Amino acid sequence: MRRESPVVRAQEARVPTGNAGEVPAVTVRGLTKRFPDAVVYDRFDLDIPRGKLVSIFGPNGCGKSTLINMITGLIPIDAGEILFDGKPLRDTKFGYVFQNYREALFPWLRAIDNIDYPLKLMKLPKAERRTRTQRMVASLGVKIDLNRYPYELSGGQQQLVSVMRALVVEPQILFLDEPFSALDYEMTLFMRDQLQRIFVETGTTTVLVSHDLEEAVYLADRILLLSRRPASIADYVRYDAARPRSDATLSQHDFVRVKAHCLEVFQREVRKG
Amino acid sequence: MKPIRLDPYLPIIGVLGLVAVWYLAVWYQIVDPVLLPSPVDTFRALWNGIAGGRLGFDFMRTLERTILATLIAAAIAIPLGIALGSSERVYRSVEFVVDFFRSTPASAMFPLFLVLFGVGDKTKVSVAAFGAALVILFNVAYGVMNARKTRLLAAKVMGASRLRVLTDVMLLESLPQTFVGLRNGVSLALVIVVVAEMFIGSTDGLGQRVFEAQQLFAMPDMYAAIFAAGGLGYGLNLMFLLVERQFVHWSGK
Repeated sequence: MRRESPVVRAQEARVPTGNAGEVPAVTVRGLTKRFPDAVVYDRFDLDIPRGKLVSIFGPNGCGKSTLINMITGLIPIDAGEILFDGKPLRDTKFGYVFQNYREALFPWLRAIDNIDYPLKLMKLPKAERRTRTQRMVASLGVKIDLNRYPYELSGGQQQLVSVMRALVVEPQILFLDEPFSALDYEMTLFMRDQLQRIFVETGTTTVLVSHDLEEAVYLADRILLLSRRPASIADYVRYDAARPRSDATLSQHDFVRVKAHCLEVFQREVRKG
Repeated sequence: MKPIRLDPYLPIIGVLGLVAVWYLAVWYQIVDPVLLPSPVDTFRALWNGIAGGRLGFDFMRTLERTILATLIAAAIAIPLGIALGSSERVYRSVEFVVDFFRSTPASAMFPLFLVLFGVGDKTKVSVAAFGAALVILFNVAYGVMNARKTRLLAAKVMGASRLRVLTDVMLLESLPQTFVGLRNGVSLALVIVVVAEMFIGSTDGLGQRVFEAQQLFAMPDMYAAIFAAGGLGYGLNLMFLLVERQFVHWSGK
């Protein structure tokens, strides 16, 4: 049974969430996932629009990370269908950035070889790997000594290396699981703008799981607000402020309004539990 | 006035202290001089023994046996440890057996190995290899099993096959723990080799040297052989630490 599309429901919200002319990069239909102690998703539907940055926000433990882990095949699903441009996961190039960069990077490889690694898995010859890596580093304007080992870099630099490792394959879609939550505030602000710059420059469809509402709204074209378990779409809010956004954006009327709306939805969902 | 930095010299203090106490004990005859020769006599025996005497030869024999035992142990235990560690179910099914034999004193195996290999070098080396192998096996399996999940997922999400995850991530992840196993293994191998040299019809080796010196009441020679054994153990440990620092530069970081 096809249920009402979440996008349509979202349109009824007070904040504009229209989807006119958007082509979905990812379609999730009838997704069901049970953990031994709880049903996390029950016939869940979602469209992730192409070329947009979608933030996922919701109550603790509602399954934000689980969602992107299922989409990327890290966790098996119990039922449902997930398609990338109508194709299954294995025909799709995607990048994934973990929260814990310390444990996600390979400490036995230099930063440059970490970035190289996914290209090595694609069996590209060394010369081509180096060219691609260097081209990407240059286009991002990254100023890190990439001949160092990860443990010789700061937390922010390590996470930037992780992001580059995810981007070097030129993915159709990039997933980030709370990528900045292990960084201090100063570094978080810096990394937000790095991510925004990367998004503007590459236009890669991006899905960001965040536990910080300000960050979620600041970076997003769409904010996906999830309910408590079993997770459903509480709202799918649109935020259209021009890029690049800056500190000034944070005090603009539109930003404040969208953030307040998201907070209201979030609080409502939290109280339901 | 600038204070003198003592920190780098602190380890020497213990050595000097020990020698001083030793001297005093000999000087005031607190211990029977027959049982405790002076430090000078002992170090002279050590020097003469190493430079041209029997002790140098025995030292090399013990070193050979220990290294050989450790190499055999590593060659068997590392691949097995990886196989065990990469499958939790396999590991759990043999965990008790491994743990049981790891806890069994290897010296209790001497009679069995004597029956199997006779009184030659084979027995000494194989008992030592047996003991060391179980220690190494346990550590390697532990290292593989405790590979950071995120790192394995990272490789998987980038499209690495199961074999690539094993060779590119798990093996390297387990290296620090493997070296812990190797260091413990080589120490245990040395203990077993020295004991075997004492009691299993040996004609050379540090264990035999210590035992023989004691039988002949050549106390300076006995102490010299003990120090040589200590130096060997310390040196082997240090060597593995240096190799580890070279190969596993990320360890503990």
